[in-house]
Amino acid sequence: MTRRAAEQRLAWLLCAPAVIAMLVVTAYPMLYAVWLSLFRYDLRFPNQRRFVGVENYVSVLSAEAWWQSLFNTLFITVGSVVFEFLLGLVFALVMHRAIIGRQLVRASLLVPYGIITVVAAMSWRFAFDPTTGFVNALLGLESAWLTQRWTAFFVIIQTEIWKTTPFMALLLLAGLSVVPEDLLRAARVDGANAAQRFFKVTLPLMRPVIMVALLFRTLDAFRIFDTVFVQTRGAQGTESVSIVGYNALVTRLNLGLGSAVSVLIFVCVLTIGVLYIKGFGSDWSRRREH
Amino acid sequence: MTGRPGNGTMERLFWGVGSALVVIYALIPVAWIVSLSLKRSGDLGDNRFFPQNVTLEHYQVVFSDPQFSAALWNSVGIAGISTLAAVLAGMFAAYAIVRLEFSGRRLILAAALCVAMFPPVSIVGPLFDMWRILGLYDTWAGLILPYMTFTLPLAVWTLSAFFRDIPWDLDKAARVDGATPFKAFVYVIAPLAAPGVFTAAILVFIFTWNDFLFAISLTSTNNARTVPAAIAFFTGGSRFEQPTSSIAAASVVVTVPIIIVVLIFQRRIVAGLTSGAVKG
Repeated sequence: MTRRAAEQRLAWLLCAPAVIAMLVVTAYPMLYAVWLSLFRYDLRFPNQRRFVGVENYVSVLSAEAWWQSLFNTLFITVGSVVFEFLLGLVFALVMHRAIIGRQLVRASLLVPYGIITVVAAMSWRFAFDPTTGFVNALLGLESAWLTQRWTAFFVIIQTEIWKTTPFMALLLLAGLSVVPEDLLRAARVDGANAAQRFFKVTLPLMRPVIMVALLFRTLDAFRIFDTVFVQTRGAQGTESVSIVGYNALVTRLNLGLGSAVSVLIFVCVLTIGVLYIKGFGSDWSRRREH
Repeated sequence: MTGRPGNGTMERLFWGVGSALVVIYALIPVAWIVSLSLKRSGDLGDNRFFPQNVTLEHYQVVFSDPQFSAALWNSVGIAGISTLAAVLAGMFAAYAIVRLEFSGRRLILAAALCVAMFPPVSIVGPLFDMWRILGLYDTWAGLILPYMTFTLPLAVWTLSAFFRDIPWDLDKAARVDGATPFKAFVYVIAPLAAPGVFTAAILVFIFTWNDFLFAISLTSTNNARTVPAAIAFFTGGSRFEQPTSSIAAASVVVTVPIIIVVLIFQRRIVAGLTSGAVKG
């Protein structure tokens, strides 16, 4: 019994630095954000700080800017995650099947993963720029992409796809290698064509990995900040919720209102997570019935 | 020539072309920013992908800019220390999770999961306020603390996955021979775990090197401003000149080392990235 207790103590001791860091730097500030969101608190007028209840939430939720940024963020999230998934699946298949150059493909895919997001966003911004860029010349267009809303969205989503597809592709590749070759051979013998083998054997077996990859990328995409900041700064109606939060908190120093935005973003992320895990759960129970 | 017409070669060609397309797609923006950094200022508007005349003047400008060298030093220092801290704390926690019987195991993994999904913008405001009061605003420590926390989940998962594959019996043998769990950790597990630790360190380093939101929210001067923030706020030699070339040159300077590291350790990075998702 004492040895067990000693082991328990050691375990907690070893986990202490990690636990303390997570409590001090995420849990406490999050609670502090909830607290701040109940006050009128503007750092430019710190003396006028007073309790206002849910007033900040009312003003955020009744502002069109919030709903527009929420729509923008969801639009960017869905747009990038869907294309990333499809493209990532193709890339994973290429890496899985390519006999020559597999190493080279994997190596070059790690380049977008390793590159700083700000740098990637800059590179694409310059590429689409009408004066310095090559994209217009290539396509025979004369478009100022980042000065119009929908083309700006296109550039932003395109950048996100380029930067994060490698992560998706590598995860999916790991999922592909879990599928036993024997099973695919057996299916081939049974007369299944390539498409049938892929949709009836490979994809169902990859389901758990696909779910994890989608969950991670969706939550990550919802937090989008760097690319939008570098490419449009939220102009032309492309603000994401993180940009709205940043502007309220850091640019305007309005900690009360900004914290309300922060809390709402946290609630959104939580909702997305719960929705995914619920989907996950029903998925699992359905599989168990089989 | 007989039998399966085209099956083998066609398939090979198909995947070969596919591979080539993937490589080109992945490398275009990198080639583009390198090309921009080498173009003469007068050629910037020529709408060509490759430079007509190569010049290194923009690199000279970047390296003679005190703001950039300060940012580079800040980035290296802050990312280095954050990595060390996150990997150390992650190592201890992962060891406890994999090797010891204790009640908090699930709790800690769940907490790590929550932190991994946490939106950083949600705590930027409170941290800004707290750091001002504590005197951590615009200091290295003010960035190291959030960085090590937000990379802890990555470190804990990667390390747990690697630790699980370590032969347990060696550790048990050491403990039978009278080593305390701590000694068993230092002398038996740690050397075996070194490759995993290294992998986790690379992933954590890339994450912190990349961060932008904390870097622009919690700093204001060259004291602690890191490379991504410096690049985003780069002003050219004169107010009327677009700093495109300088930004490109600075981008190349901070991208090349990462690309080299990533290419050298590609096997490990891929293993580290995917370990959590496939096994967990």
